Amino acid sequence: MPFNQKPEKFAAKINTVTIGNGDKAIALGGESVLPLYTFDGPIDNAPKVGVEITDLGVEDIPGVKAYYEGCGSVADMAKKASEMEGADFVVLSLKGGDPNGEDKPTEDLVAIVKEVVAALGDYPLVVEGSGNVEKDNELLTKVSEACQGTNALIMSAKEENYKTVGASAGLAYGLNVGAESAVDINLAKQLNVITTKLGVNPEKIVMNIGNAAVGYGYEYVVSTMDRIRNAALSQNDDTLQMPIITPVSVDAWSVKESMASEEDMPEWGPAEERGIGMEIMGAAADLVSGSHAVILKHPQSVATIAKMIKELV
Amino acid sequence: MALNGIQIFKMTPKTNCKECGSPTCMAFSMKVAQGAAEISACPHMSEEALATLAEATAPPMKTIKVGAGDKEYTLGGETVLYRHDKTFVSRTRYAISLCSCMDDADIDAKLEAMKKVDYERIGEQMYVEMVYVNYHEGDAQDKYLDIVKKAAATGRVLVLGCTDEAVAKAALDICKDGKPILNGANAANAEAMSKLATDAGVVLGVSGADLNELYDTVAKLEGLGNKNLVLDTTGADVKTTFANTVQVRRAAIKNEDRTFGYPSIVNLSKIAKDDKYMQEALVSLFTMKYGSIVVLDQMSYDVALPLYGLRQNVFTDPQKPMTVEPGIYPINGGDENSLCLTTVDFALTYFVVSGELERSGVPCNLLISDAAGMSVLTAWAAGKLSSGTIAKFVQENVEDKIKCRKLVIPGKVAVLKGDLEAKLPGWEIIVAPDEAVQLVKFMKEFK
Ligand code: SF4
Repeated sequence: MPFNQKPEKFAAKINTVTIGNGDKAIALGGESVLPLYTFDGPIDNAPKVGVEITDLGVEDIPGVKAYYEGCGSVADMAKKASEMEGADFVVLSLKGGDPNGEDKPTEDLVAIVKEVVAALGDYPLVVEGSGNVEKDNELLTKVSEACQGTNALIMSAKEENYKTVGASAGLAYGLNVGAESAVDINLAKQLNVITTKLGVNPEKIVMNIGNAAVGYGYEYVVSTMDRIRNAALSQNDDTLQMPIITPVSVDAWSVKESMASEEDMPEWGPAEERGIGMEIMGAAADLVSGSHAVILKHPQSVATIAKMIKELV
Repeated sequence: MALNGIQIFKMTPKTNCKECGSPTCMAFSMKVAQGAAEISACPHMSEEALATLAEATAPPMKTIKVGAGDKEYTLGGETVLYRHDKTFVSRTRYAISLCSCMDDADIDAKLEAMKKVDYERIGEQMYVEMVYVNYHEGDAQDKYLDIVKKAAATGRVLVLGCTDEAVAKAALDICKDGKPILNGANAANAEAMSKLATDAGVVLGVSGADLNELYDTVAKLEGLGNKNLVLDTTGADVKTTFANTVQVRRAAIKNEDRTFGYPSIVNLSKIAKDDKYMQEALVSLFTMKYGSIVVLDQMSYDVALPLYGLRQNVFTDPQKPMTVEPGIYPINGGDENSLCLTTVDFALTYFVVSGELERSGVPCNLLISDAAGMSVLTAWAAGKLSSGTIAKFVQENVEDKIKCRKLVIPGKVAVLKGDLEAKLPGWEIIVAPDEAVQLVKFMKEFK
């Protein structure tokens, strides 16, 4: 008696969101099956991998530094990132604008964005703000203006500033809007609802439902994503059918496991290898839980996750 | 396939003798169907009826025990596909892989590296639980047995990957007391392997060319009376292996197809051989989706630290928060003269706060008191974190060990400042920012 295979197919579908233009454009979502379950039905748009760079220049991680060697500007880095093995899109983080950090003026950051846009052309771009809600009100409005026509994704609209970010990125300049919540299905839903009410096309919204490094309350991420996918597909909840993008690198590289020096923890071996492990395992877990795109920064992690996706989908 | 009241009623003697405490057999049957009574309360059920009931009410996935003594592990026994429905009960176990095709130096190096990974993370000891010893067809039997001996000497649970009956028998003679798994049954040798495993009292691993063959072989083994099984769901490539592993678990849990109601083995040394980074990605994937045992080429800290952290998170009870032990945690080389900060024992809060404090580079002491595993605001609202609890903890556990008399409290409970100053004479109470991410700046600017 053969095994009675029972594929789990749903009538509902994840929205398809396109980032970038022309043949370099990428599409996120569009499937009617659980994450990576190609044995249940087709996944036309395989999950995508983004490479993060920041306005602060090259980071002091040997493999990252070596990769960007010779880059004289952030725009050079963006170009180089777009050529990385496994890369589908580039993520420019403007964290230098954070008032609690470097507090770079908006004009300087917008100038960088313009250079990056010019360097990348049609290649898909995601821009992350400073992370500070007030600063991002102004910063992301100007960034959206600078990205007009690129079909970029602007991150992030949060509950506190979705009106300005949604209105500029989504309405005034026709870009994609990242809706950022903090690991809670109800907050994610609420933000999608109010952003849509504002007039933003649901097909232009990508969710960032929040993240954690593996080992650091990651179970909340898993359960939030599981629940969102369940609501989107089996309950046909159209306020949760937006594809999900997950920034992995930020959390992965800021925990003890990846930051403690080898001098302090000789048993642990080189910090870089640990950071890569945190990044790879976080990304793989995110993808199987429901992320349609992950943001990474180390060339080794980018290549590995891209290869895993290729083998699975 | 739970039975309803009528189906159960048909199996009772229908005498209404009331010994079960119910007025009639029918009433009793209804209670049993709802889970309000145990079938054992009726002393008059026939053996046959009890067996039928046991089968019908058995959990969808068997619980399989491997290993012996304090190295005994439980695999399977899951009842849900998602952790938010109910806790996953048996965490994924990891094995490193040895093979008769490897040279001695290689094998010794792998075993040595494996032994080094042994550390505690939030109350749980982390190490490699198992060693997979693969017999490569045609290799010398003696060489394989030597490796089995070496692997057994580590005290880890062995998984013997061996489809050769004679070699498997010799290997079991060496290590059967440690209750290894004999991963060697397939469509061709099921009967003989099953006998070997049953005689030795060990779990049998089953594989098949595809899911249909695996299914048939399991059905055959069950027909022989062997239900002490694990299923090797490793396929020819990554995609097939993922499809197999998910579908086997889903068939068992969602579709109650008990033939597939067994734990799984996923062998990454086969589908991502010598590719360390790919194995990192896949071990995470199969920890999330349904690998009971995952086999890796080797283990080192750069793999273990993220992996065991992930596993610890995924297999937590959603109803019960993870906590850290109350105590004084020095950070950045903090000593008795360093600034004190306090927060709750909820593991997530502890990790976030201690991480930010580490990033600040400023030496300090983090004081963790018992707050029932709640976050700061919840603990405060529930009365588990108050000026009283903090003051008591400081007086009983801190004052005789720390000379510094400055205490930073979470910004979210700034209201406690006045009370604390009254309760802790001699201490200066300082209010931290609301969010942990602001701590780096706060610490650097603190004088
Ligand atoms: S004890 Fe058994 S036979 Fe007697 S009334 Fe109860 S169910 Fe019926």
